Amino acid sequence: MTAKSAEQQTRSEVLAKGALAVGSIYGAMAVGPFVRRALGAMGGSDVDILNFALTLEYLEAKFYAEAKTRAKPKGELKSLVNLLAEDEQQHVEALTATIKQLGGKPVAEPKFDFPYSGTAGFLRLAQTFEDTGVSAYNGAAPMLESKEVLAAAGGIVQVEARHAAAIRLQNGAESAPAAFDTPLDEKQVLKAVEPFLA
Amino acid sequence: MSPTQELVNPHSRRRFLAVGGGSTALAAFLAACGSDSDSSSTGTTAMSSGGGTSETAEFGKGDVGILNYALTLEYLETAFYADVVKSGLFKGADLETIRKFGREEAEHVQALTQAVKSLGGRPAPEPKTEFPLESAKSVLELAATVENLGAAAYLGQAANIESPEVLASALAIHSVEGRHAAALNTLLGKTITPDGAFAKPADVKTVLKSVEPFIVG
Repeated sequence: MTAKSAEQQTRSEVLAKGALAVGSIYGAMAVGPFVRRALGAMGGSDVDILNFALTLEYLEAKFYAEAKTRAKPKGELKSLVNLLAEDEQQHVEALTATIKQLGGKPVAEPKFDFPYSGTAGFLRLAQTFEDTGVSAYNGAAPMLESKEVLAAAGGIVQVEARHAAAIRLQNGAESAPAAFDTPLDEKQVLKAVEPFLA
Repeated sequence: MSPTQELVNPHSRRRFLAVGGGSTALAAFLAACGSDSDSSSTGTTAMSSGGGTSETAEFGKGDVGILNYALTLEYLETAFYADVVKSGLFKGADLETIRKFGREEAEHVQALTQAVKSLGGRPAPEPKTEFPLESAKSVLELAATVENLGAAAYLGQAANIESPEVLASALAIHSVEGRHAAALNTLLGKTITPDGAFAKPADVKTVLKSVEPFIVG
């Protein structure tokens, strides 16, 4: 694995990674204070939380759909991009259906702009998105009221973690860099995602 | 299950439970996920029980039982990776990956032990284990089986956890098990998402039965 200089990273990547780094200060079982604070700060209903997740899934689904051609993936990576695109699209559909079932209104898909070029640029951004996605679900899931929705969200976050590991291996990075995937709160995640909203 | 488990914990996440619509939403979500509700360890009937599950009762009450169940699995994974490192079957990058995963499982053991203690419980004892270590290929396959099972085990318990803090910690571990599973599947040339876009949970009985052959005392 080659270390990247800051010059090679886009500003968006740096911003997104900064948000992730904030999350990484929560080690081991020290996530308790985070949860208490988030519970206090987040008055969100399950629909709000699911809409938050839906926005992230829209981003990922669009990112991979576009990458099928734009990232010029070949061989093994091509299959991986197709798999990820399909999984994220299924997440979008499942979340949309659940929000409707809960009597909520699914958020509209935002317009995205992904600043990368080439396969390497795609992979770097993909790693950031997948790691952020894992931490976002891990941060939001304890706030869910319905345990059924929680169980389903757990089934999604595990798949995001699997994606993250696979993308990291493509990058020559460690598949599981730390023993704990630390949670991010909604503000931190939105900060990470904001640079990609067109 | 002990009757005391039926007591409503005032700090429980469940007190936020929406009264209406939960089961309908579940059906919709699970249907959307293509998941079979029979395979879920979190039946809708449990929804009104308000506290814990008997599934992990042999490991302790409530969250302590769930944490001790997870601790037992983490002990097993830690011992497995330690044995694999010693076996000499791996070199180079693969050996480094195995060492790394082993260190992470050991951190999970520590964290879960602390969590059990902080809840006033007694941590489960470390089981004596023995693993068949015949070839690099068979060991990788066993590792993948164990990690995929471990991830499914956490997923199977997530909704049973009462304390939001314990839940957050369990989730932080759960996704790392998912990463390990995907990495090992990749090494074996298998799909990273054997359950498709929605990972499936495993219940306690299934998990314990699967690891039973490796526990010798």
